[in-house]
Amino acid sequence: MLRTASLALFLFAFWLLLSGHYTPWLVGAGLVISILLALAGRRLGVADDEGHPIGRLLAGFVYWPWLAREIVKSSLSVTRIILDPKLPISPQLFHTRVSARTAVGVATYANSITLTPGTITVGVDREQGTFLVHALTKASAEDVEAGDMDRRVRRFEGRAA
Amino acid sequence: MMDLARDILAGLFLSAGAFFLIAGAIGMNRMPDLFTRMHAASVGDTLGVSLMLIGMVFLAGFTLVTLKLVFLLAFLLFMGPVASHALAAAALQAGVKPMLAADGTKKSAAKRRKSAAKGRKP
Repeated sequence: MLRTASLALFLFAFWLLLSGHYTPWLVGAGLVISILLALAGRRLGVADDEGHPIGRLLAGFVYWPWLAREIVKSSLSVTRIILDPKLPISPQLFHTRVSARTAVGVATYANSITLTPGTITVGVDREQGTFLVHALTKASAEDVEAGDMDRRVRRFEGRAA
Repeated sequence: MMDLARDILAGLFLSAGAFFLIAGAIGMNRMPDLFTRMHAASVGDTLGVSLMLIGMVFLAGFTLVTLKLVFLLAFLLFMGPVASHALAAAALQAGVKPMLAADGTKKSAAKRRKSAAKGRKP
């Protein structure tokens, strides 16, 4: 119930920020619709830990800045490769271990790998707990296998399950 | 004076973003196969677009438009990788063979050793 209320609150805040019109009628309509949508989401089963992982928001503020720094770093290195006349690539396809267990954690890790230029998550095997990753260079493949991001996603995911 | 400083700052971000978008486009042309092209494109998708939007945030000043741009950036960063993953997974499923370096996979390394033992070229 608390999660549904929080979802309604987020939807309402989103409405307020996007609309920019603050007449009683529009604000009231937004409030009613937010609550109805949150209730519908609860009934459809999308307002659960997976659909509205509000508990991970604070951990996200620790994880995302680090991810942003990684994106900048690997963007620069891929740009350097692109502009290098010799085009020094050494594409790799390999499996890497995933220690995240929750759906939110696995999705975050897969997306983070894809988001950093130079690596793409091609396949997800949740039974084996591995990802199939394509990397542009041997160095970027080694970065993934070093597991720094894996550990940080694990911390972001919280709970020791 | 403030306006000028803001415009210069925004201009710097916009031109940096444009640089990375162009670099991504050049990479798309230079890379040899689908997967490596996707790596090149993701430079523009992430850093290029982010810098562009940050530049626009500076231009917009602190208004609701700023907030919409921030939302836009967040959505792009959440949904971009999903599309990339879908494309890569679909390509692999459809039988596109990724071009790999000589030591690209553990499997190929094992195969190479085996064929080397038999005295053939891999």
